Amino acid sequence: MIPISWYLILAAALFSIGLFGVLARKNAVAILLGVELMLNAVNINLVTFWRYNAPETVTGQVFAIIVFAVAAAEVAVGLALIISIYRNRNTIVADDLDMMKW
Amino acid sequence: MKILFLIFAAITLGSAFMVVTTKKMIHAAFWLITTLFGVAALYALLNAGFMAMVQIVVYVGAIAILFIFAIMLTRKEMLDSAAPLNKNWGIAALFSLLSFAGLYTLLRNWTGFSNEAPELAAGVDTITELGTALVTPDAYLLPFEVASVLLLAALIGAVYVANDAKNQQEAEK
Repeated sequence: MIPISWYLILAAALFSIGLFGVLARKNAVAILLGVELMLNAVNINLVTFWRYNAPETVTGQVFAIIVFAVAAAEVAVGLALIISIYRNRNTIVADDLDMMKW
Repeated sequence: MKILFLIFAAITLGSAFMVVTTKKMIHAAFWLITTLFGVAALYALLNAGFMAMVQIVVYVGAIAILFIFAIMLTRKEMLDSAAPLNKNWGIAALFSLLSFAGLYTLLRNWTGFSNEAPELAAGVDTITELGTALVTPDAYLLPFEVASVLLLAALIGAVYVANDAKNQQEAEK
């Protein structure tokens, strides 16, 4: 059987890749893609801990399902904001959106 | 089991890396779909079949399609030829490596780090239990309903934010 450490290291690596995407990408949609990777890493951790520590309960899976719903809500609002910005400013490069910079 | 895990882990991490580095946004979205399928396979390996299905239906079927729509709607300034990473990407890489190292050290010092999975009790139907728990008032009915209200509010808000009211009024005149 697979030790828990493999899943945890995989989730940590996926989270770090997502963090790199959020910090380094220019395109605002790509930043949201990075956030999705990070949320997936969190969900892998939740399901892993459910399987290894409390498989007789359903708590871990319910928690992960709520995270799914929140991720869907986050993507819907985030993409709506990006489309609105694109309409008004004609760009979605995060560096160009600096009108609130003092 | 270990071989399967390593294959799916390699698919997940490799395509995740492509998501954050590939130049064309539409390709990044397709790589994201590959990553999501890899994660679904990992859920299946963890005996969470329902989670694997939800991952494919919700993430691949809804969220990834939403991303592809957004990418195509904002395509004019796509800058497919320009560099996909900003000038601080070195610092970003350093930070993400540091975060991985930090997480690894934290996990390393945890006593349960090399635990094996306990055997699942025979004859227990997890999906039935999960479904019952989500609609039982003593269990998770309230969080479940709150999540659905949150989703509804977010979608109405998204429609409102993305709606181009100014141009619509002008078109009606």
